[in-house]
Amino acid sequence: MSRFACLRRPALVIAGFLMAAACSPAPIPDGINDPHEAANRRTHEANLRLDSALFGGGAGDGDEADAAPGPLLTIVTNFASNLALPGLIVNKILQGRLEDAAHNTARFVVNTVMGVGGLFDPASQGGLGERGTDFGETMHVWGIPEGDYVVLPFFGPSTERDTIGRVVDLFTNPLSYTGARRYSFVPALADVAAQAGNRVTFAGTLNAVMYESADSYAAMRLYYLDSRRYQLSGGSATEALYDIYEESYD
Amino acid sequence: MTDRSTLPLAPFSRRSVILAGAAALALPSAAGGYTVEKARALIDEVVAEVNRIINSGKSESVMLRDFENLFRNYGDIGWIAPRVLGPPWRQASASQRSAFTRAFEGYMSRKYGRRFREFIGGRVEVQSAKTVKSFYEVLTITHMQGVAPFDVIYVVSDESERFIDMVIEGISLVKAEREEIGAMLDKRRGNIDLMIQDLNAF
Repeated sequence: MSRFACLRRPALVIAGFLMAAACSPAPIPDGINDPHEAANRRTHEANLRLDSALFGGGAGDGDEADAAPGPLLTIVTNFASNLALPGLIVNKILQGRLEDAAHNTARFVVNTVMGVGGLFDPASQGGLGERGTDFGETMHVWGIPEGDYVVLPFFGPSTERDTIGRVVDLFTNPLSYTGARRYSFVPALADVAAQAGNRVTFAGTLNAVMYESADSYAAMRLYYLDSRRYQLSGGSATEALYDIYEESYD
Repeated sequence: MTDRSTLPLAPFSRRSVILAGAAALALPSAAGGYTVEKARALIDEVVAEVNRIINSGKSESVMLRDFENLFRNYGDIGWIAPRVLGPPWRQASASQRSAFTRAFEGYMSRKYGRRFREFIGGRVEVQSAKTVKSFYEVLTITHMQGVAPFDVIYVVSDESERFIDMVIEGISLVKAEREEIGAMLDKRRGNIDLMIQDLNAF
């Protein structure tokens, strides 16, 4: 069996590339589109309970600092991110961002070979930091709008588009198709590992937001939407803020 | 840019981290028209001060005080306070306004000061500056151990020649705190005095 079976379907890649070339990205919305707020809030509450059980969140005094992860967590995170990288490369190609795809490919090669199968991350020191992306962004590039805000069990804040992206990304990673099918759980595992790693790395800040905000649901919604939109816009999503800046209080 | 799965989470750290380290000292005098170069020079000073503090090796309590001074001297709290309170500011009495401004300042310092130590050993660089409407945006990148480098945009006003907002990977301090203060006010059914008490007790 070919090692990159999905790439044996060049038609798919070419089709995606044409999509990227033919479409313009979806507009970046300003406001909050949350028609399922009641259901989302219930999921949010369940997520907080799960978080308390798994990570002891909310038990501290909110005084914990975020800290660089310890060596073991770093290795697990490195390994998971490296396994996820081929999926990022596919998405970059589907977006027509070939330079980013080449950059991530170089990173993958360096970390797999010199980083002992991805356990270490020598590429970042050499200027080959990860250029993140996902299928949600690919759909954005193709002109598909953000959709409603949703809160997912365990994973937390998302949008309709990003939720579909998460599911599709279980299949965009060529590693899922290598060798025996029994490795196809790898991208999902990498995803969960990365999520858990972040929970630990950003423990102090996340505890503060999830357990000390007057309305943690609203706070997490704002943070998710604004940071996601900033990322998708390539770092220029501040226009909407000017409505606040230009209010007059004299 | 970060791994996809970090997206819901990473900004929290970025935000807190930067807010912990904010502004210092007397400002350049307003001679003639303000320019994008002056805005950049202001943030160059802020960033130099942040870098000095986080690598000073002083005790945490001393560093925290240095950060508070930085924010007080380079940030325009008098501009920020009405905008985080929003329309209720217009109905507030003069004494409520000054009590709110003081309470908000203390709250910010306690809320974000807790995390300033995450900055220790880090490094901030000014990237570029541009004019947007009647304000100036200065883009900086923060490098910290164990976290992908992240953007912080300082928004500078030419009226006060101070910064009026910090936007961390797209998350605006002013907008986020406006929502938070709004939620606190809702909990007190719109009673500003009780909300100020909550701020002071935070």
